Formats: sequence, structure tokens, C-alpha cells
Amino acid sequence: MSSLVVKGLSKYFGGVKAVNNVDFEVQKGELLALIGPNGAGKSTCFNMLNGQLAADAGSIKLFDEEIIGLQPRQVWRKGVGRTFQIAATFTSMSVIENVQMAIISYHKRLLSMLPFAGSLYKEEAYELLELVSMEDQANRPCGMLAYGDVKRLELAIALANDPKILLMDEPAAGMAPNERIALMQLTADIVKDKGISVLFTEHDMDVVFSHANRVMVLNRGEVIALGLPSEIRENEEVQSIYLGTGAVYDEELVGNA
Amino acid sequence: MDFLFIQFLNGLSSASSLFLVASGLSIIFGVTHITNFAHGAFYMLGAYVAYTLTEAWMGAIGFWGGIIVAAGTVALFGALIEIILLRRIYRSPELFQLLATFGITLIIEDLVIQVWGAEDLLGRRAPGLDGAIDIFGQAFPTYELVLIALGPICLCALWLLFNRTRWGVLVRAATQDRMMVSALGVNQAWLFTGVFTLGVFLAALGGAVQIPRDAVHNAMDLQIIVEAFVIVVIGGFGNVLGAFLASFIIAELNSFGILLFPKISMILMFIVMALVLVVRPYGLLGKAETHARTALGNVVRPLAPLTRKAKNWVLAALLVFLILPIFADDFVLNVGSEILIFALFAASLHLMMGVGGMVSFGHAAYFGLGAYGVALLVKFLNMPMEAAIVIAPLLAIAGAIIFGWFCVRLSGVYLAMLTLAFAQISWSIIFQWDDVTGGDNGLLGIWPSEWASNQQAFYYMTLVIVIAALYAIRRIIFSPFGYTLRGCRDSLLRADAIGIDRLRIQWFGFVLAGSFSGLAGVLYAYLKGSVFPDYISIPLSVDGLVMVLLGGIQTVAGPIIGAGVFKALSTIIISHTEFWKIILGAFIVILVVAFPQGIVGFFLERFGSKEEDIAEEKQ
Amino acid sequence: MISRRRLIGGVIGGVLTAMTAQNALAADTIKVGEINSYSKLPAFTVPYRNGWQLALEEINAAGGINGKKIEVISKDDAGKPGEAVTAANELVSKDGVSILMGTFFSHIGLAVSDFSKQKKVVFVAAEPLSDALTGAKGHEYVFRVRPPVIVQAAILADAAAKLPAKRWATIAPNYEYGKSSVEAFKKLLSAKRPDIEWVDEQWPTLFKMDAGSTVQAISRAEPEAIFNVTFGSDLTKFVREGTTRNLFEGRSVVSMLTGEPEYLDAMKEEAPVGWLVTGYPEYSIDTPEHNAFKKSYEAKFNDYPRLGSVVGYSTMKATAAILAHAKSLSAEDLIKAGEGVKFDTPLGEVSFRPGDHQSTMGAYIGTTALKDGKGVMVDWSYKDGGQYLPSIEEIKKQRGM
Repeated sequence: MSSLVVKGLSKYFGGVKAVNNVDFEVQKGELLALIGPNGAGKSTCFNMLNGQLAADAGSIKLFDEEIIGLQPRQVWRKGVGRTFQIAATFTSMSVIENVQMAIISYHKRLLSMLPFAGSLYKEEAYELLELVSMEDQANRPCGMLAYGDVKRLELAIALANDPKILLMDEPAAGMAPNERIALMQLTADIVKDKGISVLFTEHDMDVVFSHANRVMVLNRGEVIALGLPSEIRENEEVQSIYLGTGAVYDEELVGNA
Repeated sequence: MDFLFIQFLNGLSSASSLFLVASGLSIIFGVTHITNFAHGAFYMLGAYVAYTLTEAWMGAIGFWGGIIVAAGTVALFGALIEIILLRRIYRSPELFQLLATFGITLIIEDLVIQVWGAEDLLGRRAPGLDGAIDIFGQAFPTYELVLIALGPICLCALWLLFNRTRWGVLVRAATQDRMMVSALGVNQAWLFTGVFTLGVFLAALGGAVQIPRDAVHNAMDLQIIVEAFVIVVIGGFGNVLGAFLASFIIAELNSFGILLFPKISMILMFIVMALVLVVRPYGLLGKAETHARTALGNVVRPLAPLTRKAKNWVLAALLVFLILPIFADDFVLNVGSEILIFALFAASLHLMMGVGGMVSFGHAAYFGLGAYGVALLVKFLNMPMEAAIVIAPLLAIAGAIIFGWFCVRLSGVYLAMLTLAFAQISWSIIFQWDDVTGGDNGLLGIWPSEWASNQQAFYYMTLVIVIAALYAIRRIIFSPFGYTLRGCRDSLLRADAIGIDRLRIQWFGFVLAGSFSGLAGVLYAYLKGSVFPDYISIPLSVDGLVMVLLGGIQTVAGPIIGAGVFKALSTIIISHTEFWKIILGAFIVILVVAFPQGIVGFFLERFGSKEEDIAEEKQ
Repeated sequence: MISRRRLIGGVIGGVLTAMTAQNALAADTIKVGEINSYSKLPAFTVPYRNGWQLALEEINAAGGINGKKIEVISKDDAGKPGEAVTAANELVSKDGVSILMGTFFSHIGLAVSDFSKQKKVVFVAAEPLSDALTGAKGHEYVFRVRPPVIVQAAILADAAAKLPAKRWATIAPNYEYGKSSVEAFKKLLSAKRPDIEWVDEQWPTLFKMDAGSTVQAISRAEPEAIFNVTFGSDLTKFVREGTTRNLFEGRSVVSMLTGEPEYLDAMKEEAPVGWLVTGYPEYSIDTPEHNAFKKSYEAKFNDYPRLGSVVGYSTMKATAAILAHAKSLSAEDLIKAGEGVKFDTPLGEVSFRPGDHQSTMGAYIGTTALKDGKGVMVDWSYKDGGQYLPSIEEIKKQRGM
């Protein structure tokens, strides 16, 4: 069964086809990796999926429900969690408060003015932090965290609304190699546990091939290959235009905003 | 037709004068992000120094030399201020520089009177340019032609500077991305000093060339500063061409506008600014910033509930306020009531700018609407105080609902300037609608009910209302809504990604802040017994900003302490000397340097709870 | 150097006065509270303060009031009505003054007036010009020394009616003083000269006049005469632009207050010529009371008196006269004493009308001219304010009585 069905997704910047007629499906319970060289359109694609960027054409169906054209916050309410390439958290709050905020929002109590926010859903938030092994740092100010911890916090936040699918934009970027493995293992466990799907982009091929169930390769805005990691590894086109270039996989040109 | 052409020329010469000042302000803000409130003071200094020099030096060379030397002298003075003062506080929270330059303005205002005297001075006419030439049968002053030329000449000179010199290219790069320039290994400090000096030079030049057509006087600074800001915002911050365009539009609209609506000049530019910002959120030629600047009040230290020690302090302070009437005379209680009212005003502004990240340059709007709400209820319905206190804030709330809807669609300094525009539009309506608001003569006879008319009873009433409101604000800040508001300030991206409707939350926050400000205005009206357009004017909005920044924007208690310190201090100083501006100004400058985190921020850092304490407290 | 010494002196002096004010002279003096916009408008309020200080010195040198000296406690209002009320409160409830005096701006005068009504303290307003102060918003606790707008406008309208001009334009700052001046002048002149046509009005924002455009707009209407109410830097700009652009050529100009040294002197050799103005020709008034005043003023301050000096001097004298005639320092007795009381001013003896507490002080009207590179008033005459004030019946109607 597919949790997410994308058809004909396109985005043009002036004359540049950043994402051109992309089709794919994310199966329930799988980790699908999205890879591609610099400027291939990965982040643009991601930003359209959660509504941050308006698509020029195409359809995005979440469990048969069209979500294209919705605002990010509406997409989130449909059950799509998101982490960012450059981590985005509420820096003036503590770690646990960041998670509590997401849970408060999930329960639609954002306008509530009577209770103390700090004591709402504390246990639930704590459990989520335990899930990502951040419980020790629950009361630290978010602005003081190490980068890898912020990424784990983002994961906990993304899980707060019981998502059906997680979009993770380079979840392991900027982390030490062993941290990357740990984070992806953690993600994989959670996915298995909760039965949700994950779509993630990643530059580290070790991470991709050791954790993804399937891999999709994007080049110049188009899907050039989609299949099992072993198939992709063998794919000559992929090797020539992507693996062979030795490109530095840095920020993409578009879609970081 | 002839007449229209002459009127067009008149507009052009005003445009040039505006452009000189506005371009300097725009350049300074674009690069250093300093909201230079002292820009008007430099403009005034330019005129005064030019007056002295042109009186001393003879002939055309003496005159034009005097103007250039005056601008240069003031520019050096500006550079000195940048090096001695502003450099120390670039790392302070944004807008703190505004506070410093506000202090400098106060000092310069008093100094000018000490040096040049209080009376208006009449500068020399430009030699050889004191007559008029005939254009289509109309006498047109020759000097105005020089001014008309001066604007485009300066624009071209600035263009060459920014496009043909290495320094200029660096400045442009810094306008777009400060980080990049420092990454290039450019000495940022000297780049900033250079830019500030250039900006001050333009301001002083703008002032100096006014001497043949205006009187030189000690209120010149306030006349120009707000207009300059408006021009810069309409054009787009940091965009010199935009400032030029905006000056042209405003000056021509005014020039022709007064033919149809002679009273329009009072409000014209604010209406234009509001319209431009609603349609183009970054001004005519401005662009959204590539790197989102961290919002004001964004800090590492989270807001923490009170520690036990802090709670004791609050209780002690409350106790002092409670028993104050036992040993204080009526005047102290009167000032005490006023301080309480301004504490509420400052706290409401803090809710908006500290917690909500929305800086307001027009917070007096809601204060004034609240005050006028009372006055109108008393005047037209003869409503008793008890009912009016409840109903009057509705006028402020209505204002906040309408203005807020537009304002939250902008961000940063553009949002701040739109709040200013709405405040000025409200002010102008109140100022001119004589039949209803009494115009500038205000509305009189708004005294409390019999039971609250003695100072002690009024003090206790104020105390109860203000403490309740402050408690409510504090509860809101720590409630889910307050957290959400803070979240929108911290990271829009994250807020959006966890289902927060940013616009609605900020709008709601805006309205809440406006309501509390309105309540403060209501109490103020009863304290003073009369209302005047002053209660909705820019100086009051500035006072609010000073209180919040002085106390420290990062804590809930900061603005309240700031209001107390500022109001008590200014009341005492004004009561004892008419040179209060220089003393208050110096005091503010010293505080800014000594307490770059605000007074409360300083004490927290020094003696307050560390991270561990917070953790302890929470368990 | 002087400035710094003055500054420090001011601060220290201020603090010392504050500390000693309450206890020192308490019993054997009568305290008078004084408020004005010293920091906001020093050009006008410093001569005013010199004036009342001179009068105070004279009064106390002559033995004070019934053997008691007058002590004036003076406060700055920073040009803000809110601060003025705070100052009034401090004077009344902390310093315990018996009577208040002062203020320059109309709205501040009204704020203090309303305070005095609420707190039942007598207030002798000095300089505010608004008709409302002793008119529609007058009450028993407020007195005013200076002639209001209506008197100035009426004196000018009388003279303007004799001019041949039929097409008139007006220019006034866009606030109450400007608006009420134009309204009064138009009404009075039209009543005397029904043939007059009002062809244009300009309302520049106070101290923000765009002079070139405004002058051009007036001249397009081709008026034969102009009624001007602008003052200060607006007036300077207006005169400069108007002169260069020949606006005043062949046109009569009638102008409020322009003959006061406060405004005329600032324009030096560029002062307008041939304007019909109200003002204060201190250089050519030759009456015993004015000569005496001018002599002691110049001896004490090494400066010539302005109109503000006259108002300050007269306000102090008026306050002293009220105190001298009162049976006690209670508000009721002070009001009773004040109604109809006569007091000396440099312009001659005047009195407070019992009906509305407005003084009968008048104004000088004359024509401007240049003399030794300086604007002066010539062919002037003094008009008694009492002749031009609205009747008491009219005032009662305004007050809704």
C-alpha cells in the first residue's frame, strides 16, 4: 500500500526546470532515499511536498487525499512531519518545550491562555525525547545543543503529531560518521515500530545504501532511476552522472529558503 | 500649465532636500543596521555649524566652503560617536543602538541651545543666488534651482562611489550580506565607521544647504527625522535609488496635494507609506533580505518561571507598593500611579516586541485610543468611571484589530514603520477632528468617580488594575499562546512545520498588546483629567521603546523595571532642571554602554540563576 | 564655558532648591507655583521668566504681600500636557503652593486649568492664546493675563477693513491657534466688509511648511491681500520665499503677532516691510510705566525686553495683586479678590473682568518697517483689550450658562 503518491510534480524557476514531471510512490513502512547531485532538485521537491513551495503542476496524494496547494501547517495536520536541512527549532525554549509545542499544536491548544505551557503534555514529550535518547538534555536551552542533538530533537518534534510520513531533509548532515549511523538506525527502528514511512535526502552514500529500503535518483529535476539499493548501485547511468562526478555535495542552489 | 510646471519645480527642490537626509539614513541602516535616531540631530548640527561658518567667511567661496566644511566637521563628529559609542554596542540586541542614538539626540538638542542660543537664527542667502529668475512669467528663486540640481548630483556621486570604487563595492556587498564581507577579510569595524561618517555627512549637508531658505532653530531635528525614516521605508531600506524615488513622489504629491487639500501635508506621507507597504512589503525598490535576520529578542536564555528568590523579590516589591500610601504624600502617590500605568504600557509593548518579535514604533496609538475612548464616553455619554474603564479599551482593541491585520503581514523594521504610519494617521484624525476630539486643545474634565478622586484611592485602584493586568500578561507569556507567539518569533519555518498559523497568532498577539496598552491609556486619562493628541504621538511611542530596551527586552520583568526607572528619573530630573535633556540623554548613553542587556538583563547575568538553577526549579 | 557652568549650576541649584524648598522659608512666605515650557521653547519662555523674576524682585523689595515675601517655585513642563499636570500636582500637593501661574501653549494651559478646577486651586494663565481658556472652557478658578486670539484678530480686522483689498487669502498653521485666528478674522472682517471674497486658504503643518509650494499656491489665487498667522521658522520661510517670488508685491499683508520682537528680530534685515501686524514696539513706547520697566529689565538682564517679558512681569504682578487683595489664601477668597482687581503692567494698568476672569490687557498694532537693518513697528497704536473682548453675555452663552 502507498502512503504517498506523487504524479507529474513540476517546478520551474524562470526557464529552469528545477523539478520536471516527477512521479513516485512511497510505500507504507519504507525508507525511501532521494539522492542526486547538486542542484538536482531534491530540496525543491521536498519543499513542494510539504507545501512550503507552490508546485507549478502535478498531484501529491496522501492516502488518496490531494494535498497539493495546502500550506505547510495544513500539510502537517494531515500527518506529514518534517525535519530541515539546516535545523529549525525554537531557540528561546528548552528541548522539552520544543517537543511540547508540537504536541500542544497537535491538540489544537495554541490559543489557550490559561494553563502553563511548560506543564502541558510533559510526559508525552518526555517519552518522545526518550525515543531519540535526548531525555538527559530535556531542560537544556535549545540554543546550546550540539548540532547532532538538534537533529535528534527535530526528529522527536516531527514525531509529535503521530505522522503517517516523515520528510527528512539531510537528517545526518553535519554529523560525525558514527552519529549518522546511530541516527539512521534510530529512524529505522522508529519507522518499524510505528509503521510510518520516511522519505529522506542524503549525501552520505553509506547511510543511503545501508538504511534505505529503496532509492530514487534525481538529476536535473527528473527521476532517472528508482529501485532497490543494490539495483541503483549497479545502474550505469547513475554511476556516470552521479557517483562518478566526485561532486561536493553541498547545499543545493535552490530551495533552501 | 505654467503654474503646474512651477509647482513641479517646487516639488523637485523639496525632493532634493529630503533625499540628502534620507539617503544618508538609508545607507547607514543598510550596512550597519543601526536605526539612527540621531540622524535629525546631525542634520540640525549641520545647519548650525554652517550658519556659524558662513557668517564668518565672506563671499561665494566662503559660503559654499562653509557649507562643505560644516558637513565635514559634523561628519567627523559622527565618526567619533561611532568609534567611541556605537562600536561598543553592535553586539547588543538590535534596536539598542536606537536607544543610544536617542540619548545622543537629547544631548545634542540641549548642547545646541547652550552654544547657539535659543532663538531662531537667520542664515545668509547664497551669494549671487539670492534672487529669482523668470520662468514662464513667474519668479522662481535661483537657489531652488541649485537645490534641484543637488539631489541628482548626489545620487550620481553615490552611484559612482558604490559602483566604481572598491570601498563602494564592499559597502554594497555588506548591505546584502554582512557575513560574506567579514569572510572576505575586510575590516568590518572601519567599513562601518566609514559608512556612518558618509551618512552623517549627507545629513549635515542636507541641513547646511537649508540655511538660505529656512531659519536655523533647535527643533529642526524632530522635523526631519520622522520624514527621513518614512522616505527610507517607502524607497526600501539600504536602497539609495529607492530613497530618491520616494523623495520625489512625496514632495510632488505634497506640492500638488496642497492645491486641492490644503491640510494634507500633515498626513500625506504616512498615508503613502501605509499604502506602499501594504502593496510592497519591502518598499518600492527594497528586496527581502537574503539572510533572515534574527528577530529582536531572540536569545539563548529561555524565559524561566520565577525562582524562589525572585518570587520573594516580587512579593517584597508588591508589599512596598501596598504600604506606600502610609508614608508617602499625594505627589508621590501621583507619580507612583503614573509609573504603574507606564509599567503596564511598557509591558504591553514588550508582549508585542519582546515576546512577539514585532517591533512597534507606534505603540502610543493604542494608549491614545484608550485615553480618547474614555474621553469620548465621558463627553458624549457622561459615562461613569467604572463603566468607562471596561468599555473604553474597546476603541484601542478595534484599532489594534484593524492595524494589526495589515502589520503582521510585514516583518522587521517595515512592520515597525507601518505601526508608526497607523499611529500617525490616528493622531492626525484626533488632531484635526475638532468637533469630536477637541483637536489639539483636547478634551477636559475626565476625572475619576467620587470614591476614587482622592489620590490614595486612585492609587490603590491603579495598583489593583495594573497588577492584575501585569499578572495576566505574565500568564499569557507562559501559556501555550505565549509560547506559540514566541515560537513564531524564533523560527517561522519551524512554526509553520508544526501547524502554527503564524499570521493569526501574531495578529492575536498584536491585538492583546494593543488592549493592554489601551487599558494603560484609560487609566492615564483619569490620572491627568484631560486627554490631548500628545498621548498618541511619536514621543510617547519612543518613550515606550526606551523603557522596554532600558529594562531589558529578554525578561518579563525588564520592561516594568525600565518603565519605573525611566519615568521616575525623568520626572525627578524635569522637576529640578530644565536641562533635563542633556542629563537624561547622558544617562541613557551610559546605561546603554554599561548594561547592554538592559538593567534587568544585567542583574540576571550578574547575580541571576544559571542554567542549572532553572533546571532545578523545574523539577 | 559659561554654558557648562550654567548647566551645572542649574542642576545643583535645582536639587538644592528641591531639598530646602519645603522646610526653609515655610511660615513667613506665600508660595506661588509656576509652570512653563522652558526646555521646549526657551526662546519664548526665558524672556518670560526674566519678566516674572524682575517683578518678583520688585514686589519682595517693596515688602511683599502684607509683610510676607512671595516665593515662586518654578517647574518645566517639557512642552507636554501630561508633565504639566504632574508638575501642577507636585506644586500643589508637595510644595503646598497657594496659587498657580504660567504656561505658554494653549493645550497645556487648558490642561492646568482643568486641573485647577478639579483641585480647586486658582490658576493665573500667562501666555496661552486660545479663546476657550476664558471662553467656552473657562471657570471660576482660572484667570488669564494675555489677550486671546479674538482680541488680536479683532484689532487686525478693524484695520484690515479700511484697506481697499477685496480678494483675500489666508495662511495659518494647521492647529487650533491657526484655525481659530482665521475663523475669527474672517468672521469679523466679512461682517464689516460684505464685499470681501475669500479666494484661498493654506494650512501648512506647524513648523513643517513647504514654503515654495505654499507661496506659489497662494499667488495663483491672485489675492489682493493676505492674512497670515504663521510664526517662528514657518514665518521666516514664508517671508523668504514670498519675497523672492514677489508674492508680497502690490499686496497687503495683515499678520498676527509678527510685530513681536520674538518673531520680527529673528528675520533681521529680511523682515517684511509694510505689513499690518500686532506686536510689541518696545523700542519706541514712551510711557512712564514702560520706561521704568524697560530700564530695570535692561539693567538686570543686559538684554531688551520681549513681549514674553511683559507677559511674565504682568502675570507676576497680577498674581501679587490677587494675593494682596485676598482676605485669606483660600481659593474662594482668592477668586473674590481676583475678580475686577487692577494691576500694573508695562503697558499700563489693566484688570481682570469679573465675568470671565480675562484681563483687559491689549495689544499694539502697527506697520512693519526696516530700521538699521532690523525689523521694527512704525505708526503703531495701543488698543485696549477690553474694547475687543466678547461681552460677558456672549461668554456665558459659550459656557452654556
